[in-house]
Amino acid sequence: MSTLLHDAPGPRAKRTSLLLNIIAALAAAAGIIWILIKLASKGQLGAAHWAIIGDPTVIALLINGLGATLLVAVCAMALSLILGVILAAGRLSRRVWLRVPARVAVELLRGLPVLMLIFFIYLALPLIGIVISSFWALVLGVSLYNGALIAEIFRSGVNALPHGQSEAAESLGLRSSQIMRYILLPQAVRSMLPALISQLVVIVKESSLGFIVGYAEFARDGNAVVNYLGTLYALPVYTEIAVVYIVINILLSQIATRVEKRSRQRYGRAAQQVLDTE
Amino acid sequence: MLQILSALASGFLQTLLLVALTFVIGLPLGVLVAIMRVSPVGVLRGVGTVYVNVFRNIPLPVLMFFSVLVLPQLGVDTSFFVLALASLVVYWGAFFCETVRSGINSVDLGQVEAARSVGLSSGQTLIRIVLPQALRSTVPPLIGIVIQIVRASAVAGAFGVTELYASMNGVIQHNADKVILILFLTGVFYLVITIPSGLLLGRIEKKAVFAR
Repeated sequence: MSTLLHDAPGPRAKRTSLLLNIIAALAAAAGIIWILIKLASKGQLGAAHWAIIGDPTVIALLINGLGATLLVAVCAMALSLILGVILAAGRLSRRVWLRVPARVAVELLRGLPVLMLIFFIYLALPLIGIVISSFWALVLGVSLYNGALIAEIFRSGVNALPHGQSEAAESLGLRSSQIMRYILLPQAVRSMLPALISQLVVIVKESSLGFIVGYAEFARDGNAVVNYLGTLYALPVYTEIAVVYIVINILLSQIATRVEKRSRQRYGRAAQQVLDTE
Repeated sequence: MLQILSALASGFLQTLLLVALTFVIGLPLGVLVAIMRVSPVGVLRGVGTVYVNVFRNIPLPVLMFFSVLVLPQLGVDTSFFVLALASLVVYWGAFFCETVRSGINSVDLGQVEAARSVGLSSGQTLIRIVLPQALRSTVPPLIGIVIQIVRASAVAGAFGVTELYASMNGVIQHNADKVILILFLTGVFYLVITIPSGLLLGRIEKKAVFAR
């Protein structure tokens, strides 16, 4: 842990620490017991009440929703990677007429709520004759925002490389597109990989916005279950959903950490802390 | 047109209020949890870690479902605004915590050693020496989080809070012929907050005003 702030504890510090541990544990236990009593008094703790999360119909519906969520996440990841590369190439370009529009697009997409992007696609595209399903509205909305973020990850990954790399390539006579393709991107991708995987967590979480355009993903299916059974069952059903989200996202974060550790071992230099706002 | 604008403006004010309150309540919460996470007391560390890992990984809409549908059943009787605010605070509190914690970890070890060697206790070291420096280096990521909160606050609009996004929906329903205009205006309202903050963030990072 953070050995940084504390020296090795002596006998007195050990005693204080033990005392604080006991107090904190008691406080935490008291809090949990209070919540449980509160729940029990509202009839939320009955075994029959929680049995609903094992109900085959509910589980079937939720698995369906989970599949839909993962489908959105995978599609959005692919699309936002493509968009991110295009936007990053624009932002890194030497030509002003490519750089400025890319910059504007990134700033706009980063500044608007994903909800608005989804809504915009869902409402505005049909007006010009393109009818779009709620699935694609969701995927496109999520991809637009994450594409802008991924573009920034790419850009800072490329910028973080030592200047000598592109200078050496230039002096060998490579064109700037070749430098990007053969020299900069392969090295940058390595250092960006953890940040890109962390971005997957954001995408998985954002796919839950689908309930607003009526796309039947995980969160919305949970909501449908609750609407059908009554809000009395909101606690068990949403708890189940929350746990699944937590497990998926912690797994993704673990993968990101592991990749980061491995690339750090393999390539010596710390994988640059690429901007990772989320 | 004026009607549309005034409806959107009142939604905009609600959004600002929601964001400001989330920041004002969420940041101290984040600092508190960050202190717990670096404390030598194991139980506090555990509680902090569980808090962060739980709330950072649940999608905000799911948290809102919890607070809007579950809390009222447990006897919490309050407005949608407060319920939505509660989920925004616990959600962003986890991100604030991680930002502050990485700020704490970025403080030079020599600072701590010097403080300890002049006889400050570890609590004093944390509060007087480490946190002031840590918070200064967290200014840029904190601005980033505020931009995120502005964007995420739109989710509250789907849960009965009449902030900007919900106002936009309401206005669209009464002026179905002006959808594009309304979407455009709403976008401008959001960008009025997010783009200047983003530019400010870029400037601060470039100048490294806050670097030690």
